[in-house]
Amino acid sequence: MARTFTRNAWLWLLWFGLSALSTWALWLGMQLKEDAPPPPAGFLRTAFLPGQTSHGHHQIEMACSTCHGSEAFSAADVMQDACTQCHAAELKAADDSHPRSKFTDPRNAERAARLDAAHCVTCHVEHKPDITHAMGVTLPKDFCSICHDDIAEERPSHAGLGFDTCASSGCHNFHDNRALYEDFLTKHAGKPDLLETRTVPERDWKTVIEELYESYPIDRFPKQVLTQADAPAGKGSAQVHRDWLETGHAQAGVNCSGCHMVPPAKGEPPAWTDKPDHTVCSTCHKQEVKTFLEGKHGMRLAAGMTAMTPAQALIPMKSDAQQEGIGCATCHGAHRFDPVKAATAGCLACHADKHSKAFAASPHAALAKREAAGELPAGSGVTCATCHMPRLEHRTDDVRHMSVQHNQNDTLRPSEKMLRPVCMNCHSLQFSLDALADPALKDSNFKGKPSVHVSSIEWALKDAERAEAERRAARREGDE
Amino acid sequence: MKVIPVLALGSAVAFSASTASAQDATASWSYKDIADALHLIMESDRTVYTRLIVNRLQNEDKVIKASEHWKDDKALVLPAQMFRYGSEMVAEKGAAFTYSLLSEWPINKQNAAKTDVEKAGLAEVGKTGKPYYKEETLGGKKYFTAVYPDKAIAKACVSCHNDHKDTPRRDFKMGDVMGGVVLRLPMK
Repeated sequence: MARTFTRNAWLWLLWFGLSALSTWALWLGMQLKEDAPPPPAGFLRTAFLPGQTSHGHHQIEMACSTCHGSEAFSAADVMQDACTQCHAAELKAADDSHPRSKFTDPRNAERAARLDAAHCVTCHVEHKPDITHAMGVTLPKDFCSICHDDIAEERPSHAGLGFDTCASSGCHNFHDNRALYEDFLTKHAGKPDLLETRTVPERDWKTVIEELYESYPIDRFPKQVLTQADAPAGKGSAQVHRDWLETGHAQAGVNCSGCHMVPPAKGEPPAWTDKPDHTVCSTCHKQEVKTFLEGKHGMRLAAGMTAMTPAQALIPMKSDAQQEGIGCATCHGAHRFDPVKAATAGCLACHADKHSKAFAASPHAALAKREAAGELPAGSGVTCATCHMPRLEHRTDDVRHMSVQHNQNDTLRPSEKMLRPVCMNCHSLQFSLDALADPALKDSNFKGKPSVHVSSIEWALKDAERAEAERRAARREGDE
Repeated sequence: MKVIPVLALGSAVAFSASTASAQDATASWSYKDIADALHLIMESDRTVYTRLIVNRLQNEDKVIKASEHWKDDKALVLPAQMFRYGSEMVAEKGAAFTYSLLSEWPINKQNAAKTDVEKAGLAEVGKTGKPYYKEETLGGKKYFTAVYPDKAIAKACVSCHNDHKDTPRRDFKMGDVMGGVVLRLPMK
């Protein structure tokens, strides 16, 4: 009896010891910021992932604390803060149709009890691949019915429509409806598939840098053309010097030292570095680097991890794609920083999905070739960047200008986000809605015409007619 | 002179200021007083915006229009939107009180009366033109709810509501009660 007790005691002790060790290793694993912490913490962190992470966050899934915080794991407010840290600004810019304040208002308490949309994770639960569908939504697809089940009373045209079609038909989005609201639809009705003028806006950064008082260090780099490189002897080939001399940096007064002399640590004097990183580029290109860090290419860097590599992508990549971490120079190439090369070749060096592989034979690529050959005016060509990293108006307190959105996801999902800043530069709203709703046409990189038709414009026009008839009747009554 | 204690009081309620003087101030003010004070500021600010900005620049001087789609149309924000954006900003800042502009004839159906107090309040202010006060429990919490009549004070209010595509009523006249401001204070 005594012997049994002793053995059990030892087993209990062993169990406690192993449990304590695992807990410690797990805790340590969560605390470490690195994406590949040393074993056993790293192993345990991977083992404890509750399920495959979605397209939106898989790159940073090993930096648990980025979303979960470091203290109260999975506390609602901690996670909400993490969501808003990265997504609040874009929701604000999108005139979010369902802002948090709608659900914190006590008059909606009864609704909020059914759908707590004041917290992002109510609709977007991570690590749940079996129930995750478009936009990382994990609610059943007919979730709109929770609050809008009486929509047919307000919009008789909607009677009998399935609530799973609200967001999948090309008609509505939960957050961003900037190109889908009724007055916008009627305003842009009846235009030809191809508009008369078809160009995208020009970048104008060069012309406004002197006005960008806060974001451009004009004192450090006064605008003057440089002809003499200041790199130490032996640094840079003749080609490197030529690339620099013939392009923007030499012409804007940025010498070798401007980028290569960097303090190794905060407070230390600058020292030569062969490969300056994105933080150096952001000295002048703040907006570009900021948006790069917001997108899939830069989000690992933003989370304090090593840079994204093509091998880490979940979508098809070329097998011979470079396996170094992605930085500014990956697409732009150091010293020449050729924007034309970056806009297509930079993407196709890695991306190998159907849409990317079909680009070369697409009508858009043909336009880009004709623009490059001088046959079409500037801004007529369509590259990968034209749609996925478009030129957008950027406003600061100082100035308003067009800059390249480097968050490739900004116009990607939901695809209707592409309508205004991209498609409608050249195409009608109807054609664009139809094209974006046609998966086969996306695969062929828009070679051909849409085989899908989105009816929202016709419905909006019909509703506008109804309203006009009501207005006329009201005026008649007023006159009588 | 009246504005200073009102503002101090509003801040005390909204953000639970912990200074002794602020507590003294709230202790001497009833929920109704606080609601009336907050509403007075809201109503005055919106009237200033409606008369001095929108009506003057759009209707009198005709230099710029006000539009529901002000960003796309490069126009002035409508007075009702200015009011709603302010209310959203107050909510974003985590204030304890909330307010909204509701109507028995809402252009956006989400701004129709929803709770029993909202329904009774809107009907009452429409009839009397005077504020309506009631306590109500929502989501397990008790609120002091005040409903204030919202009258058509400028031509822009009437024409926009009578002409809007989604309006359920097209015969508003100047001075009509078009809806109500519903203001809620959490009760202890």
